[in-house]
Amino acid sequence: MSRLAAKFEALAEAGRKALIPFITAGDPSPNFTVPMMHAMVEAGVDIIELGVPFSDPMADGPVIQRASERALAHKMSLRRVLTIATEFRKTDQETPLVIMGYLNPIEAMGYEDFANAAQRADIDGVLTVDLPPEEGQECSDLLKARGIDPIFLLAPNSSDERIRKMDAAGSGYLYYVSLKGVTGAGHLNTSDVETKLQQIRANTRLPVAIGFGVKDAQTANTVADLGDGVVIGSALISKIEENLENPELAKSEICKLLAAMRQAMDSNQKSEHGEQQ
Amino acid sequence: MTEKYNMPDDRGHFGPYGGMFVAETLIPPIQQLNAAYQQYLNDPEFIEELDTDLKYYVGRPSPLYHAERWSRELGGAQIYLKREDLNHTGSHKINNTVGQALLAKRMGKTRIIAETGAGQHGVATATVAARLGLECVVYMGAVDVARQSLNVYRMKLLGATVVAVESGSKTLKDALNEALRDWVTNVDNTFYIIGTVAGPHPYPAMVRDFQAIIGREAKQQCIEATGRLPDALVACVGGGSNAIGLFYPFIEDESVKLIGVEAAGDGVATGRHSAPLCAGRPGVLHGNRTYLMADDDGEIIETHSISAGLDYPGVGPEHAWLKDTGRATYVNITDDEALEGFYALTRMEGIIPALESAHAMAYTMKLAPTMKKDEIIIVNLSGRGDKDMQTMAKREGIEL
Ligand SMILES: Cc1ncc(COP(=O)(O)O)c(C=O)c1O
Repeated sequence: MSRLAAKFEALAEAGRKALIPFITAGDPSPNFTVPMMHAMVEAGVDIIELGVPFSDPMADGPVIQRASERALAHKMSLRRVLTIATEFRKTDQETPLVIMGYLNPIEAMGYEDFANAAQRADIDGVLTVDLPPEEGQECSDLLKARGIDPIFLLAPNSSDERIRKMDAAGSGYLYYVSLKGVTGAGHLNTSDVETKLQQIRANTRLPVAIGFGVKDAQTANTVADLGDGVVIGSALISKIEENLENPELAKSEICKLLAAMRQAMDSNQKSEHGEQQ
Repeated sequence: MTEKYNMPDDRGHFGPYGGMFVAETLIPPIQQLNAAYQQYLNDPEFIEELDTDLKYYVGRPSPLYHAERWSRELGGAQIYLKREDLNHTGSHKINNTVGQALLAKRMGKTRIIAETGAGQHGVATATVAARLGLECVVYMGAVDVARQSLNVYRMKLLGATVVAVESGSKTLKDALNEALRDWVTNVDNTFYIIGTVAGPHPYPAMVRDFQAIIGREAKQQCIEATGRLPDALVACVGGGSNAIGLFYPFIEDESVKLIGVEAAGDGVATGRHSAPLCAGRPGVLHGNRTYLMADDDGEIIETHSISAGLDYPGVGPEHAWLKDTGRATYVNITDDEALEGFYALTRMEGIIPALESAHAMAYTMKLAPTMKKDEIIIVNLSGRGDKDMQTMAKREGIEL
């Protein structure tokens, strides 16, 4: 069983939801990332999504766009992101690690070289924003053959048929983009998410992580409760941006926010779990 | 005649190129667009409305003009100009926006967005939006806003909102990124009119089909005027819509050479250019696989060209396919050479071309003398130079 599948199974058994932070590798500088990852695990996260910066992040809002620009200014690249992952794994063999980015850096490396390198770096999942399953068969097959989960997105306008397609193509988990918009947008509507999740659940048995637009502990808790996990991205990266002069402060701010989310999610889950029993 | 050319396949692939590489939220609207397009492509009522608009609103057919003096001066092939510069709004871009706007209307969309480089596509989009009473937002790189300010004013006059894009290289590719972000956010009511044969399927095929009127007319006009097919077609290539529009109806006519002219900026060897077919590599950007200007890590490289409309790191996927199969040839012309083409056409024929089109003119100046006097070149004069007056005057040190 993959690290991701095992993680979601263990969480489900404990009646808990996955807290999944997203940060862009190399932002604000390459040395920041590995210690930040360890600190986030310390703060109680379950899975880490590591963003590969790209020059043209079409699905991202301004916060993650700027994170990409900062990372690229330090010559961060897909290869260097894999080096960061390898470094992280030296002292953490437990936490599932997903890399998330756009297709062109993978195309430039070549699908097979990339799959091999990702396996060597002990990556657990790969989410490629602009690679839908129609175009992604070759890449997915190479990843799956190496025990790496290809992770696909679902959107508010995804049909039943589409959800079933993702269920067939993906593994590990599905990532539900909770609003029509780019990352960091501010109009998340939890009752819409609730309705959509019913439709998604009816069409897949894969765990569903929900992301886009989650900024605070209370929303994280509400949203996590509707699925199997919650992804926090722009809210964390904003802390980096607010403290460019003081990365240590950024790190502690990020950990504070994640710890608050963890606490909110766990108190809720425990009581609910208790009631159910 | 070559065997039947039937590209793309039903998933939008031209061999390994093209396709539908977009984030999940855009899959449903793209599928809807494709369905609507397939439906209306063969709908007599739609076609009649489109033909009427092209005739009475755009001013088609555009003439095929024999540039006799210039041909004589160059001493080789007979040069014919396809006069897309005479269209309403001054370029070929309107052929496509009229078509897509009719689709938008039939699909019940109330809001139009577009990206633009030189501003010609933005103007052509704002124009059709004004005519249909639709809200219109045009994304334009901040660099291009500055160098094509006349077109910015035209768009505003037409009632469009022009958004200056400050991210990345602040040119056409960044405008496209921002338009895609808008579309993801407003998918329900918004129709995205892409201005060239780029983007995810069905855009490359759809924009080609709307632009193919250029080649269909040119073929008929050439036969009427000379009794035969041309020997070569020459067109500038930014995203590649005016070029594919001219080439497409001739693809099966093997005797006709197809030559696309990319922008070499300071020269391909300097790295400061916009010539992905001549000096790029295959990759994926803006929804399709094609030749791109990217570095070894797959990051997109900044492009350079004197003409905003050619300043783009990618190119339509069908051109990538035509290049690989050898059916078309792609060459490049530097900024300085393009300026020579600009002045030559202006002084020889009394026609001021757009700086984009001037690249095709400059290559024609190299090609024509190598050909016989009874041979024929059709050059696509994709747009007029009015929008470039400020750029040109500034180069000459004149304040307008
Ligand atoms: C006059 C003119 N020609 C050519 C182009 C390049 O576009 P394409 O290669 O799609 O024809 C532009 C784009 O702005 C243009 O304005």
